[in-house]
Amino acid sequence: MARLKYPSDLKYTKSDEWVRLEGDTATIGISDYAQDALNDLTYLELSVDVGAHVDVGDAIAEVESVKASSSIYTPIAGDVLAINSALKKSAETINADPYGEGWLVKLKVSDTSALDALMTADDYEKFCQSR
Amino acid sequence: MGHYIPHTEIERQQMLAAIGVTTIEDLFEAVPASHRFPKLNLPKPMSELEVSQEMQALADTNEHAQDFALFRGAGAYHHFIPSIVNHTLLRGEFLTAYTPYQPEVSQGTLQAVYEYQSMMCALTGMQAANASHYDGATSLAESVAVALQVTYGKRHKVLLSQGINPQYREVVRTYYQGRDMDITGDDKGYSLSELGAMVDNTTAMVAVSYPNFFGQVEDLSALAKVVHAAGALFVVVANPMALALFKSPGSMGADIVVGEAQSVGVPLGFGGPYVGYFGIKQEYVRKIAGRIVGETVDSDGRRAYVMTLRPREQDIKREKASSNICTNQGLMALAVAVYLSVMGKHGMRQVAELNYHKAHYAAEQINKLPGYTVQRDKVFFNEFVVKGPKSVKDINESLITEGIIGGYNLGQDYPTMADHMLLCVTEMNSREEIDTLVSVLGSVK
Repeated sequence: MARLKYPSDLKYTKSDEWVRLEGDTATIGISDYAQDALNDLTYLELSVDVGAHVDVGDAIAEVESVKASSSIYTPIAGDVLAINSALKKSAETINADPYGEGWLVKLKVSDTSALDALMTADDYEKFCQSR
Repeated sequence: MGHYIPHTEIERQQMLAAIGVTTIEDLFEAVPASHRFPKLNLPKPMSELEVSQEMQALADTNEHAQDFALFRGAGAYHHFIPSIVNHTLLRGEFLTAYTPYQPEVSQGTLQAVYEYQSMMCALTGMQAANASHYDGATSLAESVAVALQVTYGKRHKVLLSQGINPQYREVVRTYYQGRDMDITGDDKGYSLSELGAMVDNTTAMVAVSYPNFFGQVEDLSALAKVVHAAGALFVVVANPMALALFKSPGSMGADIVVGEAQSVGVPLGFGGPYVGYFGIKQEYVRKIAGRIVGETVDSDGRRAYVMTLRPREQDIKREKASSNICTNQGLMALAVAVYLSVMGKHGMRQVAELNYHKAHYAAEQINKLPGYTVQRDKVFFNEFVVKGPKSVKDINESLITEGIIGGYNLGQDYPTMADHMLLCVTEMNSREEIDTLVSVLGSVK
């Protein structure tokens, strides 16, 4: 079994979302640990449209596997710049490339302080190994 | 029956010994003694003969539709059901089958449901259908759940045409009581254009009936456009029997087609069991409630059927599911599947034409009677509205003495329609019966 990845340039939540901050754009997705635990994903539905504003904790997507359905929440507030609609036809991309092509939404953020409370790659890896 | 083998007394004793108790009563020790085996004071058990006689006496307090000339519909229709429907249903494999959780031992049930779903899609012009609901009222209520989900819970107005069966509208209101919603539209008249004028950007869905409760059939295309322009869903409640003759709701712009399939293979049965159907456009299929059967291939590449899109259901989605329904009316859906397949496209067309022509013949004869006016301003299928010289109650009393069950009293649901009767004529009504009806109506003073 391939080792799970924890890219060091990202921040992570206890509910297995990751955030990449580039300037004032935040990209959000779910971690390698999450896609591995969920198993083959069969469907993804994004529950926000471009232009919508989301607050910390708002649901941004719902992901389905054969026997489970999970909601994904944004760890940071912002305005939706882009959503990865291609995933609607190929949810398995999240399994294959959770940090790259498997991104979910991009937000324009003004207040990045919410990220300070999130885990670094090292902390998140330790957290995952203790589960 | 060969698969049901009850335990023997020896096996029971062995199992009790294996878990370390002497009697079955020992297993209830956790229940406080004063409540453990309460006296139920039940009457002595009866023999099969006695039970049979008692049930027969109860049944004999009801009349049977076949003993009357029946001219009433109003949501439950008297049609001919070929005997092969009952023969198929009574087979043990179908009669006692449970939910097909194990596809490897349930291909018969699963394929039957898949065929039922496919035929309902063909009739309604929809691309996907579920495995059926409790009844027509339920399937309408479930369409509201879909509309709320599709509009992300941001729209709260649901418009129901007054032309939808009054009981269905009442069930929808019961379903959604306590929720912050505005279910409206049916306090006005039932014209389609009036309904269209009420649509705005707070509307999640608009529902109409086809035919409507008064038997009328109208082109729904214009209303569909108005509904879609406002970003709402267009729901049509349709009688499947009528769909054998009239344009499908799908071809006129419906997003969801629901209704009661009792009219295609299920007997009147004193009100049930009936069977609701639910058809929808492919893009919304992941939002619908109920079971869905899909077609796939097994590990050897052979075609097989399974329950599919299961994560929609409440046991997985929990509070985010559209609804808590996760079952179907398996046996009645099978009856519909057998009926539709044995009638076929041509047979269905023939039956629908018989209904149409007999109803129009009756309407024409009744309209000629002094004191009677038939509403004929719109196209109708097998039901029409009549106003007579006396109250509906009085007219029906005159009819019943001649062995005729007259129409439905519309005044009880529509205050402006006192003394208006809804008459239904199906292929079960012979010409002689219709002529007798006309004659007795004519003699009512």
